[in-house]
Amino acid sequence: MTERAVKLGGVSRVLLIEDDPAVREGLELALTRHGHRVRAVESGEQGLDRLRTDLPDVVVLDLMLPGMDGFEVCRRIRAAGEVPIIMVTARGDDMDVVAGLEAGADDYVVKPVQPRVLEARIRAVLRRIGRDQAELERYGDLTIDRAGLVVANRGEPVSLAPTELRLLLELSGTPGRVHSRQQLLESVWEHGYFGDSRLVDACVQRLRAKIEDDSAAPVYVQTVRGFGYRFGPV
Amino acid sequence: MVPRPSLGLRARLLFAFALLCVVTAAAVAGGIYVQARNAILQRAQDAAVHAVTSRLEALYPLPSAAPGLAELDKIAAAAIDQNSFAVAVYREMHSPLGPPLGPPGGRWRPGPPVLDLGVISPELRQVVAGGRTAWQRVVVQGAPILIIGTPLLIVEQDRTTRVSGIEVYTARSLLPEQRSIDELAASVWLTGGAALAFAVVLALLATRGVLRPVRELGWAARLLGEGELRTRIAVRGSDELADVARTFNNTAAELERHVKQLREMEADARRFVADVSHELRTPLAALTAVADVLDEEAARLPEPAGRAARLVSQETLNLTGLVNDLIEISRFDSGVAALALNEIDVAELVRATLRVRGWSESVHTELPPGVTARLDPRRVDVILANLVGNALRHGEPPVSVRLSADPHWIALEVRDHGPGLEEAVLPHVFDRFYKASAARARSEGSGLGLAIARENARLHRGDLTVTNAPDGGAMFTLRLPRRAHDPDGGPE
Repeated sequence: MTERAVKLGGVSRVLLIEDDPAVREGLELALTRHGHRVRAVESGEQGLDRLRTDLPDVVVLDLMLPGMDGFEVCRRIRAAGEVPIIMVTARGDDMDVVAGLEAGADDYVVKPVQPRVLEARIRAVLRRIGRDQAELERYGDLTIDRAGLVVANRGEPVSLAPTELRLLLELSGTPGRVHSRQQLLESVWEHGYFGDSRLVDACVQRLRAKIEDDSAAPVYVQTVRGFGYRFGPV
Repeated sequence: MVPRPSLGLRARLLFAFALLCVVTAAAVAGGIYVQARNAILQRAQDAAVHAVTSRLEALYPLPSAAPGLAELDKIAAAAIDQNSFAVAVYREMHSPLGPPLGPPGGRWRPGPPVLDLGVISPELRQVVAGGRTAWQRVVVQGAPILIIGTPLLIVEQDRTTRVSGIEVYTARSLLPEQRSIDELAASVWLTGGAALAFAVVLALLATRGVLRPVRELGWAARLLGEGELRTRIAVRGSDELADVARTFNNTAAELERHVKQLREMEADARRFVADVSHELRTPLAALTAVADVLDEEAARLPEPAGRAARLVSQETLNLTGLVNDLIEISRFDSGVAALALNEIDVAELVRATLRVRGWSESVHTELPPGVTARLDPRRVDVILANLVGNALRHGEPPVSVRLSADPHWIALEVRDHGPGLEEAVLPHVFDRFYKASAARARSEGSGLGLAIARENARLHRGDLTVTNAPDGGAMFTLRLPRRAHDPDGGPE
């Protein structure tokens, strides 16, 4: 996935799943103007088909879909691979946001969507992850290869979504230092100060499920109550 | 409870009962007492007079018209029985004023000298001297005595009578009668007292019977006033109080029905707004998606199409703002708005709000460092942005934001130095769609900004208030608890 984003550089393939024809057309128009190659479909089933054939760089998914609902689509996309998912939610429907993030979405935008906001989100999730020539880092059973962008737990590679990988790299870059949710929102999601801190919490939960032995007693990504998160000490 | 200006209902009822009882008892017992007393005394007198007269009649015919001391003594002795003492008087002579007769320690013990003639009033003597039998009750040394004066008459041959000059005064003790009367009075007092006590008990029972429903009514009315519209009273019996209770119940039921109706209407109206807003969202989403395209292409379009395109683009944004605000406020109304709490450095938050909107240069800040609070930063940002935005648009510079804190609360004051708000406007600034002046009929805001700001403050269990600063300018004060109530326990 990150390979794909890196290969394509500026131009990316966007899979847009939106049932309302007018909204679909409007967003397609706007995203195309921003230089993306957009494939717009009207249902989750069609979207999952296109996922296999088109290999998109990012999926823009409306949660309110007829037939298979957006959360199920989100889960299936996530099960199929690590393509970034940006969901479109109704304004302030908090339950939707939480459920969507738990289903594996990387970020969300609120309907009615301003194209420049959506564009910024897409750029953020597709941002090239900087590689450096650092040594392989070891923290307990966890190894982080910043050059190859590979994370392994007890020697087994862990499949991380781009946001999860970026969060882990950000936290482990300064082991032991506390990062506030606001800082993480700015550095990982490129949101402003007033981004939704639930993005961080949901992503931390998903990351822990993949790298921690016991999510309830995390070793790598630890909560610092009242302040935020920190990596280690292991 | 409001202090009563007069006695309570219970005391008044008790007093009325007691008064009624005392008056009735006094009237009945007093009347009977007076009658009985008179009857007793009358009978005693009549009997005594009769006895004396009949004994004296036995003396006739009189031995001489001018009796000596011995004769007087004899006459006096004849008039005496065991309960009385007599003295016979003729001119300056009288029979001896002997010691009291009767057994010592007995019932008849007039103190000596019993018939000291001073005890016999001149009026009595005058009447007796006139030839008539008369009597008088006197009290001698605390003992009641009946004194009967009888003249001895001389009957002439022509059967006319003339006064012989001999007068017999008999003293008879009324102590037994006095004792009977005292007993009567005592029993009257006793009966009256018992009746009074009984009446007080009855009055207590009656007042309790009356006051309990009254108290229940008062309690129910208070509950009703506090908004507990389902309050009803148990109706007992069919008296006036039951009528009052029934009326109360009917009134409460009507009130409940009306309030329910009003609430339903209000809920319908709000649901309608929410539904309309949601329905508007889909077409707006399509419009918003292409508004940017239109805006960017506007420069290349020939006039007037270019201006039209810019107008459509701008108004789409405004409409989006309005619909978003409507949806936001309908979420407060339906109670689904929730806090996403986070430990926040308040000064940092204020600076971010100003920085994001490019206001850092135009707003003067007083932000003591190190003030943290558990807040929903997005919602606080909405409040602050609204307040500062309003101050910059409608007030006069300098606009200032001042943070202060105590252990439990933080306060953010946003003020400008313009003319302030009119007093009449102050209570309404947080009303929905309230416009301070008709001239400003359509400003940049949706008309919901301050209403949403206050809802956001209250969601934190804080408040947002407005006053005019003493030295001019509107001053909004946002007070938020440092530990906002968090039903979910928060993300940490």
